[in-house]
Amino acid sequence: MNQEILVLVEHLRGQVADITYILLAQARLVAQASGGKVCALLAGHGAEGLSRDLAADQVLYVDHVALQEFNGEAYTRLIAAVIAERSPRLVLLGDTSVGADIASGLSARLELPLISCCRTIKAEGSQLTFSSQICGGKLMAEGPIPAQTTLVTMLPGGFRVEQGRSAHPPAVTRMEAPGLDGLRITLKQYIEPKGEDVDIARQPLLVGVGRGIQRQDNLEVAQELADALGGVLCATRPVVDQNWLPTSRLVGKSGKSVKPQVYLALGISGAPEHAEAITGSEMIIAVNTDPTAPIFNVARYGTTHDLLDLAPALADKVRQAKGG
Amino acid sequence: MKILVPVQFVPDLVEELVIDAGGDRLDPYSIRWKLNEFDEHAIEQAILLKEKYGGQVTVLAPDFEGVEDALYEAAAKGADRLVRMCADFYQGTNSHALARLFLSFVQQNKPDLVLAGVQAYSSLDGTVGCLLAGLLDWPYVGYVSCVKPGDQRVEVRKEYPGGLTAELEVQLPAVLGIQAAETPPRYVPISRVRQVMKTSKIEEFNGDLDLMGGLAPEHMFPPQVAARAAMLDGDVDQVADQLVAILREQGVL
Amino acid sequence: MAVVQSTSPMAADISEIGAEMAGDLHLRDCIQCGMCSGVCPLGFLMDYPPIRMIAALRSNTFQRVNASDTIWLCVACSACTSVCPSQIPLTRNLMTWTKEEHVLAGNIPEELQLALENSQRYGNPMGESPRKRTDWTRGIESMVPVMGRDTRQADVLWFVGDYASYHQRVQPATRTLALLLHRLGVNFAILGPEENSDGDSQRLSGERGLFEVLAEKNGRALKKYRFKEIMTTDPHTYNALKNEYPALGINYPVRHYTEFLAERLETIRPRLNRSLKARVTYHDPCYLGRVNGIYEQPRQLLQAIPGITLVEMPHNRKTSLCCGGGGGGMWLDGFQWEKAHVRLSEWRVREALSVGAEILAVACPYEASRFEDATKTVKNAEGLLVRDISELLSDAIDPLKGGEL
Repeated sequence: MNQEILVLVEHLRGQVADITYILLAQARLVAQASGGKVCALLAGHGAEGLSRDLAADQVLYVDHVALQEFNGEAYTRLIAAVIAERSPRLVLLGDTSVGADIASGLSARLELPLISCCRTIKAEGSQLTFSSQICGGKLMAEGPIPAQTTLVTMLPGGFRVEQGRSAHPPAVTRMEAPGLDGLRITLKQYIEPKGEDVDIARQPLLVGVGRGIQRQDNLEVAQELADALGGVLCATRPVVDQNWLPTSRLVGKSGKSVKPQVYLALGISGAPEHAEAITGSEMIIAVNTDPTAPIFNVARYGTTHDLLDLAPALADKVRQAKGG
Repeated sequence: MKILVPVQFVPDLVEELVIDAGGDRLDPYSIRWKLNEFDEHAIEQAILLKEKYGGQVTVLAPDFEGVEDALYEAAAKGADRLVRMCADFYQGTNSHALARLFLSFVQQNKPDLVLAGVQAYSSLDGTVGCLLAGLLDWPYVGYVSCVKPGDQRVEVRKEYPGGLTAELEVQLPAVLGIQAAETPPRYVPISRVRQVMKTSKIEEFNGDLDLMGGLAPEHMFPPQVAARAAMLDGDVDQVADQLVAILREQGVL
Repeated sequence: MAVVQSTSPMAADISEIGAEMAGDLHLRDCIQCGMCSGVCPLGFLMDYPPIRMIAALRSNTFQRVNASDTIWLCVACSACTSVCPSQIPLTRNLMTWTKEEHVLAGNIPEELQLALENSQRYGNPMGESPRKRTDWTRGIESMVPVMGRDTRQADVLWFVGDYASYHQRVQPATRTLALLLHRLGVNFAILGPEENSDGDSQRLSGERGLFEVLAEKNGRALKKYRFKEIMTTDPHTYNALKNEYPALGINYPVRHYTEFLAERLETIRPRLNRSLKARVTYHDPCYLGRVNGIYEQPRQLLQAIPGITLVEMPHNRKTSLCCGGGGGGMWLDGFQWEKAHVRLSEWRVREALSVGAEILAVACPYEASRFEDATKTVKNAEGLLVRDISELLSDAIDPLKGGEL
């Protein structure tokens, strides 16, 4: 085992996911302390160009038609082969619909330890410690990373995307794909989200609603506030699951990440799946009757007033401020 | 089609999480356990498949407090076989250990399809469904929100960020990580559960707990907050006024 | 009378319920006069108000009733029952049993499902931790003994109830009553975390099994301790303990707090030394008034308060207009709003305004928040105060002037 940190590049439809840059930033930190190198593993078909802004010492590029789109089985075989060949210190994957589809399988097949929900890895020389956040954001777990090749699935929040981007394209080494015949998973097609009026990721002001909105007819109150502010309504998973708002308004791990100037969180607890998708916001203001809600750990300002009381009052005052 | 739904219990966050004296794990006796929400979806998806296409649904649950209620409720929803997995879970448990136990059950019972909740928020060492697939060398797709059976295969919808979904074909036998059932888990009235308790049997499946592969954190603690939000004081009107000033300063008003 | 067969997979259960309905309802006594459906506050929105439900039963077309979801507009207010000339127990039987069929068939609005699941899991529909059931006593624990923790007996077991224990708006009224009882030297205790939801509204929303489980849990807790009577702030609890629990073998004398205090009016009256000059109107809660016949004691308490002018709304006593919270209504606001686009609580608030009331007095924990929300949406209602009777009594006691705290 050497000190190389292997990072899986997550990309979907021609775009590298933000989580990849965050992983690279984390990898850089570890590599600096332990004297290792950061190696990004990019798999695709005609996708070499995606490596151009990765902050890695080296990019391993594997080209194969079976890797054109993400395929859990193909990626598992590939990463297993790379691990066998290179014995990295750590393998970093995103705790996402891509990374989480393969990390545990690799752990089982290769009998390698796996750390999930990891926020940060601290490095003191060759001593590595992990810090994971679990139980809806209410519990931290920390400990030493085993002294063998370890898989880690990471949550964003420890680093900014810019820290994993490079101005200079890294060196790319082509690698042969392992055998990729007889795959038991096949992609038939992608289904686009239904055509939406707004892209919440481009909005400067968002009003987010969570479970605290309680009932569908209370959405009016949030919509009014959003209208008064000139912002757009978005929501966490429980609201979207009930079809109170379309999936295109979902902010969170399986929805969109947003970076508005202001994010007004109404009745949102702030569990990691959502919190990690809004940390890019310039300012978060949280309204939640529970003073221990984790959202107050990421918000700049907060209040424990009931959103059903505060939102209408605020809407009124905003209208006055704008009109008067 | 024989469907297996292996489930997990997680700490109910309505209660305070109690860390045991050693400071390195939760105190399993102080925790109120509840069925992992994603596993509830997995059960629902399995029942929906059975209702639409026929088949047999087995629910396999580790022996935590409340396991019988959870199994009877599954039976009241339509599960055919109820199995309680017996091992000394309160001494310690992790995803790898659960996956191994589920593995021996699968090897003995040979289901065609395993539906597991896509994740459990108390897990530090990966997701049980994906681990199980790795041990079995079966294909695995997670973040699934729709399942349709075909000929020796299933068609699934996998969710990606941003509302994008992919339609995939997976050959059986396979493990799927369920994100959401096609319809939310149904309500089953207590009278039905009580009825079912009289006629259903819970089988026992004994296994050895092998905790290898799990993580040993040095300590567990509630998150310390670097910079907590500045809480605004006053009644609703006063807070609203303060917010208007803040928003103005931010340049959005 | 032919029992209705259904094509639903739950055929066996439905036939059973159908048979119950056929037998117990004295269906043949229904003269199809339509009084029930006329007096029902949301009857005009139901596909099948009670009259049509009975007609459907008689004509073997009850499947259609089961296929409609408007049964969930019924708030179990018992107005129909109170006007039926044949005295058919419509609310308790016809409406509730139909809801039971819906629940069995899985036709249940999601918000209601959540409340029922919470009731089962946590012993309260809000989904709060049972350990927090006594949080309302913070700061006054010494005045509120908890059975098991502080004592094993008392004269009065105060069954507090879900909303009185957990709801932010109702907790102050609960505390006020605790202080009042303490002042009056009443020897009481509460069950604390051992108290579960009384289960009555769950029963009336079609979950009889859940009601029984909750009742059994309460019965077991009550049996452990010694007390002479039960007093409750919640008319739904009152109804459950008085009329439904005895059939399950749980039998205690029970009174609503207004009955309890009215009995002690002569010790309370001298303490009411502060004048509250206001026009007050009293809303008769469905389960205290219409269903259980307690009309005068709350009024006696209010009239004892110096300065108060008590006025009656056009709908009062037996004809009181429901706040919309019963029969699952507390947990169906979203659904009912979608269907109705009117709120019963708003009608009532308008009625209060129409008689020039400045204060709307309530005696049920469901009501305070419902009416207060309505004062925010009804025109010109912002000034209308909603106060529980215990709060008004307390307001009329000035501790600095001769009364003790």
